[in-house]
Amino acid sequence: MNLFRYAAPQSFYPLAGRLLPWFAGLAAVLTAVGLYIGFAVAPTDFQQGEVYRIIFIHVPSAWMAMFVYLVMAGYAVLTLVWRSRMSALMTRALAPTGALMAAIALYTGAIWGKPTWGAWWVWDARLTSTLILLFLYLGYMALVSAIEDPVRGDRAGALLLLVGVINVPIIYFSVRWWNTLHQGASVSLTTAPKMAQTMLAGMLIMSLAAWMYTIAAALHRVRTLILDRERHTRWVRQLHALEGRSSSRRTS
Amino acid sequence: MDSLSALRWALARDLSLALRRRADALQVLGFFVLACALFPLAIGPQREWLQRIGPGALWVAALLAVLLALPRLFETDHADGTLESMLASGQPLPALLAGKMLAAWLVTGAPLVLISPVLALSFDLPGELMPLLMLSLLLGTPILLCIGAIASALTLGLKGGSTLVTLLCLPLYVPVLVFGAGALESSMAGLSAQAHLALLGAGMLVAAVVSPFIAALALRISVE
Repeated sequence: MNLFRYAAPQSFYPLAGRLLPWFAGLAAVLTAVGLYIGFAVAPTDFQQGEVYRIIFIHVPSAWMAMFVYLVMAGYAVLTLVWRSRMSALMTRALAPTGALMAAIALYTGAIWGKPTWGAWWVWDARLTSTLILLFLYLGYMALVSAIEDPVRGDRAGALLLLVGVINVPIIYFSVRWWNTLHQGASVSLTTAPKMAQTMLAGMLIMSLAAWMYTIAAALHRVRTLILDRERHTRWVRQLHALEGRSSSRRTS
Repeated sequence: MDSLSALRWALARDLSLALRRRADALQVLGFFVLACALFPLAIGPQREWLQRIGPGALWVAALLAVLLALPRLFETDHADGTLESMLASGQPLPALLAGKMLAAWLVTGAPLVLISPVLALSFDLPGELMPLLMLSLLLGTPILLCIGAIASALTLGLKGGSTLVTLLCLPLYVPVLVFGAGALESSMAGLSAQAHLALLGAGMLVAAVVSPFIAALALRISVE
């Protein structure tokens, strides 16, 4: 089987359609199991009490926010070097989910921070760099949506991602350094006590759930993007005619 | 034409254009001065407060002033077709862009560096800090311009391009701001600013070498 076949939107569209229910189903099951472990099985933290349970959502989304950006940068290389059409569409499809994950990480972090640190927001290095990451996502999405020509949008977005991904470690370390200069030892996750087995299990399952959700959301979005991009081609017209007929049969 | 003479040609052309349109450069400088004047008006004239926020305020104002200068980098050349001729000329595009970026820094960045000590006096910053302030801006503003050149090349000719440039640039400007203002902060705290300056200098060299190539790629994406 030739995997490169799926670099063509026409053959990726049905594949994405077949894979989508599996990833979506796995995401739902894993989320249910992970949340059950997180909220019902895992013991109460003796220092933080119940509030720590937000990490079952917070940590996976923060990991995902960083990881999705790296994946997008990987697709950006494929777009710029091989001009492959599918990779550009995948980049576009992943961006909203990455931004969502960064936003969830910030939101849950604020909820956790209020009772723990006594403030909704502190200028902690991790918080600040996640905020900047969110703005990198928003910048990418703003740029590609402002460009009407699809090829120019794909390539400009890819270049922006590459410039961004080179800067991400620099931003992270500069912010960390800035923070250590301004305030002494603040509360940080690295000093958290050793985790119980069930806590770790819950977090890992939730991380897997975040992965599955991200893949499912990206596949769903990329199907729409493919149809939009290829709407003038014969196969999309045929598909449209086919689906139109089947839906009219259903209604009749 | 080799790369060096291409660079020189673009530099001389943009400098003579800037000399004939002096208002452009003066606008950026005027913005810098006014933005600095807003901080004391907002927080009050207490000297110790002004000393405390001075380095950060100067750096933020300089950063925004550079941002303000970015739309002129390519837009006018794009509007009158010069940019297309440059792309079609077969001359090394990165060299031409490096010349343009150097000219833009000389016209907008260098005046900021030169006037910064005067503004620092208005924040009552100590005189010993002036050389460090100028050096940090001298190393930092070229990086801001290099990143900005890439962003404005990517957004060339788009509706609302200048707002978009701001959104693209500001996250990437964070390290420059941290190290630039951090150099002054640590010096005022009695520490050495050497590490900050070394990082700024390294960033400036990398940006100066790499950004003309990336900006050239971005321009080709935007124009072709």
